[in-house]
Amino acid sequence: MKQDLYTYILGIADNNLILGQRLGELCGHGPSLETDIACTNISLDLLGQVRSYYQYAAQLNERLTSEDQIAFMRTEREYLNVLLVEQPNTNFAYTIARQFLYDIFHKLFIQNLQNSTDQTLVAIANKAIKEVSYHQRFSSDWIVRLGDGTDESHEKIQTAIDDLWTYTNELFQLTPNDEQMIKAGKGVNTALFKDTYYAQINSILNEATLATPQSKWFQKGGKEGIHTEHMGYILSDLQYMQRTYPNMEW
Amino acid sequence: MNDPQQAIREKQFEAKIARDEKIEPKDWMPEKYRQTHIRQISQHAHSEVVGMLPEGNWITRAPTLRRKVALLAKVQDEAGHGLYLYAACETLGVSRDELYEQLHSGKAKYSSIFNYPTITWADIGAIGWLVDGAAIINQVPLCNTSYGPYARAMIRVCKEESFHQRQGYEIMMKLANGTPEQKAMAQDALNRWWWPSLMMFGPTDAESVHTEQSMKWKLKRKSNDELRQQFIDQTVPQAELIGLTIPDPDLKWNEARQSYDFGPIDWDEFWQVVKGHGPCNKERMNARVSAWKEGEWVRDAAMCYAEKKAAKKEVV
Ligand SMILES: [Fe+2]
Ligand SMILES: [Fe+2]
Ligand SMILES: [Fe+2]
Repeated sequence: MKQDLYTYILGIADNNLILGQRLGELCGHGPSLETDIACTNISLDLLGQVRSYYQYAAQLNERLTSEDQIAFMRTEREYLNVLLVEQPNTNFAYTIARQFLYDIFHKLFIQNLQNSTDQTLVAIANKAIKEVSYHQRFSSDWIVRLGDGTDESHEKIQTAIDDLWTYTNELFQLTPNDEQMIKAGKGVNTALFKDTYYAQINSILNEATLATPQSKWFQKGGKEGIHTEHMGYILSDLQYMQRTYPNMEW
Repeated sequence: MNDPQQAIREKQFEAKIARDEKIEPKDWMPEKYRQTHIRQISQHAHSEVVGMLPEGNWITRAPTLRRKVALLAKVQDEAGHGLYLYAACETLGVSRDELYEQLHSGKAKYSSIFNYPTITWADIGAIGWLVDGAAIINQVPLCNTSYGPYARAMIRVCKEESFHQRQGYEIMMKLANGTPEQKAMAQDALNRWWWPSLMMFGPTDAESVHTEQSMKWKLKRKSNDELRQQFIDQTVPQAELIGLTIPDPDLKWNEARQSYDFGPIDWDEFWQVVKGHGPCNKERMNARVSAWKEGEWVRDAAMCYAEKKAAKKEVV
């Protein structure tokens, strides 16, 4: 049971870690100081949540017993994040689209996690809810601004949404371990808000004068540790220090 | 200056500063005061923003989650400093876009220290400890400068810079107390950042321009050499405390002066970097210019959307 909970926590937290890492790449390179500050802020929130999750997970695992070992000392196949969050910052439209497609899910997920029977997860969710609500407002506002802005921005954000759409369904994929955790009352049954997720997305895209993609071809694999080609490069940066200088304190 | 009215106004203006009263954006001010302040405040703002780049370089590679979060927060603070300083500068009747234009065209300067590369994790410690440390010594006196918006921005900025300085020193301390590899990494960073940090105080007094006027306007309270000495006297014991060696064979305590004597600064290197030929001048400028260019469609979209929204409101 301990191991199941450990795996379940990674399935939540790895999303935040990899998305936080992606946002961290942008610092100093964004379209304005204001957006730089906002993206850094979101990255900070996500990584703050990651630390709480991993600190909890570290108590449940025998091999990796600290937040940093969990964050840095796994092989690629052991990271359980969805493919969406590892997609690159191709341009600001992709950054915002990725954030938006994740944030809507994340907020619904955290709201449900508040009802978990696991009190540590509830405490993390209670703290995170304000943060993820802010993230969702930020990314939704930008979707509308870019969609209903200029012709160029409309086209760019539509392309980004269309391209990333294929990664949305995986957010709702339930692994056998997820099913177990739901049964135990600790996990979140994402199936219950899948329709809400797509309805919320659709309503914001409408407001943004954007089309909701109709494609039903979806990618998956991240939740089983099978990632896109981007992941190795993300981990090369993320793990660089810990791999080059193992067993040291920083 | 033939206008007697003007002469009186100028006298009153100088008297106000001498009485330690603040000059506010709506107050009359001599054109030279305005221009000097635009130059200095914008240069400071640009330094904050360009300074995000060398440190941002290590966000994705920070060695622990705690360090990653702290570094993100630090770089975010620097962006915030840039923001308040641009806002302070805008009160003098210049727009942020114009200021960026000056930075991107190379007309405006920023602190040369950010033209050095961050090649190891220890550089992040060294920057916090030495660069933020030097910045504080330069900036604390500005908390009492005559121009109100600048003085108020500096109070806030200085508080955060001291936090950065302590955090940087703590990174160095951890390395210096770590494995031999870590200690070597810390020493190497100190070796590379020490002299450029001393150069942050600018040329020697003999060669420095504008100082007298700046003293009167409280843009400067001590000379470059005095500030540099203060930095050295403050930093040498900090290095000793963690067992690192300042890379200056001539460094020696002078009992009579109650200060450290130090070796010659390589002013050729200083001018080379100031004139745009430092190790990373091109990279820093390219990064800023391409961020600005690539962000243009985003800023246009935001503006266009805001206009549409305002127009809709009017119709209703
Ligand atoms: Fe500064
Ligand atoms: Fe700063
Ligand atoms: Fe700083």
